[in-house]
Amino acid sequence: MIDSDVPIINSKLLREKIQENSIRIIDVRREQEYQQGHITNAVNLPLAKLLADDSSESIQKIAQDLGISDETPTVIYDDTFGALSSRVVWALQYIGHVDVKLLDVTFSQWTDLGYEISTEVPKIEPAIHSVKINSEIMATAEYLEKVKENKNVVIIDNRERLNYLEQHIPGAINIPYRTLATEGKIIRTKEGMKTLLKNRGISEDAEIITYCGSVGTLSGLAYYALKSIGVQNVKLYVHSFKEWKSLEKPIVKQENANYWDLSAE
Amino acid sequence: MAQQLRPSKPADKQSKIDWSRRQEAENFAETVKLFRQGKINDDMFRRYRLQHGAYGTRMTDDYAMVRIKVPAGQIYPYQLEKIAQLSEMYSIGSAHFSTRENIQLHWVILEDVSEIMQSLADVGMTSREACGNSVRNVMCSPMSGVCKDEIFDATPYALAIARFLLRNPICQALPRKFKFNFTCCEKHGMIRIVDVGLLPQIQEINGEKRKGFKIFLGGGLGNRSFVGHQLEDFTPVEDLLYTSMAVIRIFDRMGDRKNMSRNRMRYLVNDLGWEKFQNLVLKERSVVKATQSVIVKLNLDDSVNEIQRPISITDESASVPDGYARWEKTNVEKQSQSGFNSVFIGLEAGDITANQLRSVAEIIRDYSAEGFARNGFSQNIVIRYVHDDDLKSMYSKLLETGLAKTGSLTMASAVGCSGTTSCNLALTNSHRLAKEVQRKFLELNFDEDDDLKDSTIKISGCPNSCGQHQIATIGFYGGGGRHGTNMFPNYTMSLGGKFDEDTMLGHHTTRVPVKRIIPVILKIIELFKENKQSDDTLAKWVDRVVNGNESSKITGVEDIKKALAPLIVPPNIEDEPDFYMDYGSDTNYHTVTGKGECAA
Repeated sequence: MIDSDVPIINSKLLREKIQENSIRIIDVRREQEYQQGHITNAVNLPLAKLLADDSSESIQKIAQDLGISDETPTVIYDDTFGALSSRVVWALQYIGHVDVKLLDVTFSQWTDLGYEISTEVPKIEPAIHSVKINSEIMATAEYLEKVKENKNVVIIDNRERLNYLEQHIPGAINIPYRTLATEGKIIRTKEGMKTLLKNRGISEDAEIITYCGSVGTLSGLAYYALKSIGVQNVKLYVHSFKEWKSLEKPIVKQENANYWDLSAE
Repeated sequence: MAQQLRPSKPADKQSKIDWSRRQEAENFAETVKLFRQGKINDDMFRRYRLQHGAYGTRMTDDYAMVRIKVPAGQIYPYQLEKIAQLSEMYSIGSAHFSTRENIQLHWVILEDVSEIMQSLADVGMTSREACGNSVRNVMCSPMSGVCKDEIFDATPYALAIARFLLRNPICQALPRKFKFNFTCCEKHGMIRIVDVGLLPQIQEINGEKRKGFKIFLGGGLGNRSFVGHQLEDFTPVEDLLYTSMAVIRIFDRMGDRKNMSRNRMRYLVNDLGWEKFQNLVLKERSVVKATQSVIVKLNLDDSVNEIQRPISITDESASVPDGYARWEKTNVEKQSQSGFNSVFIGLEAGDITANQLRSVAEIIRDYSAEGFARNGFSQNIVIRYVHDDDLKSMYSKLLETGLAKTGSLTMASAVGCSGTTSCNLALTNSHRLAKEVQRKFLELNFDEDDDLKDSTIKISGCPNSCGQHQIATIGFYGGGGRHGTNMFPNYTMSLGGKFDEDTMLGHHTTRVPVKRIIPVILKIIELFKENKQSDDTLAKWVDRVVNGNESSKITGVEDIKKALAPLIVPPNIEDEPDFYMDYGSDTNYHTVTGKGECAA
């Protein structure tokens, strides 16, 4: 669809290409929200459906049911600051789909731009999709434990600050998902993203593993924020902190401070 | 549909002063890097960091607290929205309003501070000289300009002084921090507990009415507190700058640079004696005036701020929302301008979520005819110029976002410093304690009790005085107590503090274990109710008690101590394990502190 290594598409460009029926646009909001209006030609895949079973066979079936063949250019969006759509883009990449892009705005931002929406539900012709597991982009607990001491590995926790202070994977640093966005876009400008990493002393040549609370959505967004500036070796610890805890792996905590009591929540 | 009928709002008012300097953000990022690489030593870096408004955080070098200065407390909707965003991006999703009109972001990763500075520059704000040995945020009463008892509005002078002193070379390496407070009247200002406190005055000289101030010097709260002294009968506005410079120069020259624990200007005043200090200041002022090579003047902007009521559609059919009367009684002050009100928004110990900050911004736009808000002295926000007819509708809006807490102008709004939630020096969780006290007061409807209205509760987590406990009717500062081999958080209680024209520091009365503080406060109120005179208030009664002027059953502090004694006996740990834990903690209490930075 676009010659770019970066799996993110600019909203303006998508708008121009929207009439090309060959593009499969996926709206990952809830069905009811989808029905009230969506980007023209978009089909609906509530994220819950994908999360219910995220085995490669299940992702393959979802893709096929949505009419996505190995070659179908695909674009994904949500209305949850890009975290849910990131997770779906990642799932498709994981089963080996190459031409899939994250829309750089949310549905609300799309409508704020005054771009077209529709309530029409496109007809879907099922397609055939193969499975070529892209294991490079996934981290398991076992893998993470094995490499976490390596000098060239950076583990990033994308949960909110208080959750991170309360408990996190030893050695992980915290970049809350809110840090990743910019005005009107789900991901910072390239320059902004580079500055963030530079200030934090994170090398773009490092192997970076992102994780969040449970299903890899917030960390999925971080995954693509890193990809947006061309960081090569990024992995998503997709089952994230929930699994880490259930496996009773080591956890660290910021001690001797009652930071929760500063929150007005 | 109603939304569409609403005419478009007037454009956001913009702050006339840009306090920022963008270059400082980049420098900060570079300096952090050099520090992490070991190329700058700890002491130098700490000085630099504090000078730029980034304070250390409890038990860690990884985090900082960014203190955003809000000179004269004047804050605009777009600035609040920016701070909301920054709190989500770099902090804990909440921001904190301090007792000195700053807004603080806690638990910020040191490496991210420069990004906050960049964003603050986008909205004309700065954290420069918010910490360290500099002139801290210049405060001004949130009622200045609208107070019924004020002689003139001090706000333009507060802003001009802040502007003159920020980044001024004479303020970059003072012996210690330095604080200015401007007020509208004696009641609203706290002018006697800071280095320089200023009260507007008008004096007739040769038949001509001249503006000026009563200036108070050398006050301050801390491990040792002092009440400020009045410099002279009247200081005309033309002398405001020269007097300020003279005081700063004296302090800079003579202040103690060795003993950091007792080197605020109040100690200098105390050591020299007031008369000597007063003479030095007056002499220095003549020197400052006489030796100017160019005439130095304050850049005073006293243009009139346009008051324009935002057009709103009053829904006549709407019923009065539940709780409105109580809220109006305890949160709204009538202004000197007829038809307008100042609405106090109470926050629990100054904390506010990002979404609430956004609501406040929206509410200012919708309801304030002056188009901005003022940070208060009690960890609160004041939205002024709200028209009588808009109060009910505004209350409904505040209710929607949890900002309609009652009792802002009453004893219920307890002040608590940040304590062990983030501060290195803290011994106890004073922050949470203040929230617990407030919740209890509101549960008991104490905010509606006129007898308690003019009293205050203020809590610090250590003997230093960020919570301003010495000027509270009932004040507490945190420490540790021991029963056998077990420790528990133990507060020292003082009674009868005042910050008006009869400013007085509270009398140390007794020590109170943290889990007994609420029962002890309730007991004091009970004693007051039993012994009060018909038109008494708690503050008046406590004042008589601590000064030995009370003739009822309670004649002095000793009687209060006797009455409280049974309440404060430590139980055995087996009988009441909770007694040995601080609020917000599920383990037994022990004191942990790090290195303080006040003196850095």
